[in-house]
Amino acid sequence: MIANRGEIALRVIRTCREMGIKTVAVYSTADKDSLHVKFADEAVCIGKPASADSYLNIPHIMAAAEITNADGIHPGYGFLAENARFAEICGEHNIKFIGPTPDQIRSMGDKMTAKETMIRAGVPVVPGGESLLASLEESKSLAKDVGYPIILKATAGGGGKGMRVVWEEDEMERAYNAAKTEAAASFKNDGLYMEKFVEEPRHIEIQIAGDRYGKICHLSERDCSIQRRHQKLVEESPSPFMTPELRQRMGDAAIKAASAIGYESVGTIEFLVDKHRNFYFMEMNTRIQVEHCVTEEVTNFDLIKEQIKIASGEAISGLNYEPQMYAIECRINAEDPYNDFRPSPGKITNLHQPGGHGIRIDSHVYGGYIIPPYYDSMIAKIIAVARTREEAINTMSRALSEYVIEGVKTTIPFHQQLMKNEDFISGNFNTKFLESFKMV
Amino acid sequence: MINKSNIGEVTIEEKGFKVIIKQKEEPAQNFITGGAPMPVSYAQQQQAPVIQSGAPAGAGEKPKAEATPDNLVTIKSPMIGTFYRSASPGKPQFVQVGDEVTPGKVVCIIEAMKLFNEIESEVKGRIVKVLVEDASPVEYDQPLFLVEP
Repeated sequence: MIANRGEIALRVIRTCREMGIKTVAVYSTADKDSLHVKFADEAVCIGKPASADSYLNIPHIMAAAEITNADGIHPGYGFLAENARFAEICGEHNIKFIGPTPDQIRSMGDKMTAKETMIRAGVPVVPGGESLLASLEESKSLAKDVGYPIILKATAGGGGKGMRVVWEEDEMERAYNAAKTEAAASFKNDGLYMEKFVEEPRHIEIQIAGDRYGKICHLSERDCSIQRRHQKLVEESPSPFMTPELRQRMGDAAIKAASAIGYESVGTIEFLVDKHRNFYFMEMNTRIQVEHCVTEEVTNFDLIKEQIKIASGEAISGLNYEPQMYAIECRINAEDPYNDFRPSPGKITNLHQPGGHGIRIDSHVYGGYIIPPYYDSMIAKIIAVARTREEAINTMSRALSEYVIEGVKTTIPFHQQLMKNEDFISGNFNTKFLESFKMV
Repeated sequence: MINKSNIGEVTIEEKGFKVIIKQKEEPAQNFITGGAPMPVSYAQQQQAPVIQSGAPAGAGEKPKAEATPDNLVTIKSPMIGTFYRSASPGKPQFVQVGDEVTPGKVVCIIEAMKLFNEIESEVKGRIVKVLVEDASPVEYDQPLFLVEP
């Protein structure tokens, strides 16, 4: 059973078909015409459109697993993928959760605990406090030690919420209170910790995989610095900022991080890299990620297949893998890039997908499909693969010019302009890049 | 927004200037299905047939829901589980075709994870048809009974 929807549900179903594994799709009433429902061997409607009534509803999902006799559940990404309690419940029902153990999810889910674990494991972390901030006064004195600028972060956080950058002491009180309030509202947990704010960092993450016998390996990096409000829009491998020496140091650190918790399954360690190529552990994602396709194309592995193999008890080779090609992924969202990326759900009246050498498209939409307004806005991932970065950008540009999606607004024009941007082409960008990028 | 591929008529006048662009009329006959013209509004659209706009066929066909005659009301499943017509094997069925039901009357049990949930009717009327077999799995919103109010 795939406890998810959209393109990732389709992705998992495809690999299951190749492996001869029968599939069950679950769907809310809003998704009854969705492609993953049509592709699966069986499908069960699990509730009303709102995620809380369907894709986040553990009793409904478990009931569906029960009536279809599911042997395993793949949680995809988002939704329940990093919900330790859900992983536990699967175990209690003798259904294999395709992912890490509940404890592993827990130890990396709380950002403060994850950081402490990394410090003990000898993985470089962003300098900062070692525990949750007890008071405004403590924040001020700690910030003096760490050195401004600092960033306040929610320990239960994600998606950029509950974060405030503070450049000098005068700003601390307002930032502290605002971050606490936002954290409480978003995560029901107002715990904050502090880190040195790494200026103009690159976001470079390392894909890892671990089996249940203790072996961990890495599949090199993805550069995900092109982000808007902490949401990734473009990812690529290898990173234009990488050197063989840095890859080895980061790869080793990623393996150390995963080994520290005896990690089993595929996962990603996210690092911030400053302009001197110092890198710092940011967080670990204990699931398959949206951008896993980039690594698949440059290392030639089916990561969903590897994930399922690991879950069924197979051992990994223990070898590390480096990129053999260049791949760039553009996330196509149903958003209007000319109007502050406002979401644009609705009916796709016309669809034509590009093709040709070096193009891969992972998408759940089709001509006539109605994009529901209840879920995230990503409708397709387009990946260009080539022997050089320049050729990959060229292939992506060519493919984007063929991509027709009518009836809704999409971010295709944004990606087209990005592929022609000088700084992007020269690899000269960091996570602040999009703040000054203007649509023409 | 005018559908770019569907412009049927363009009128341009001069002097005062006047431009009229009209969309092509919807074809009276849909040549793919060969039957009645496809309804335009989404609300009326049937489950899209596989040969229409490109939704590819899946591994197996899903059974299509029967169209409900206009006067009948459907009791739908509020949960996922196994549908039972009686409290336990051997006990009498809660309702049969022809029985009268009122709001609150238990019509069936749906069991999930060893919990047995009594499902009550929300409508008043007479059971016309039982749509699901005893001890078969049901999903959310699945039609269970047809009731004539």
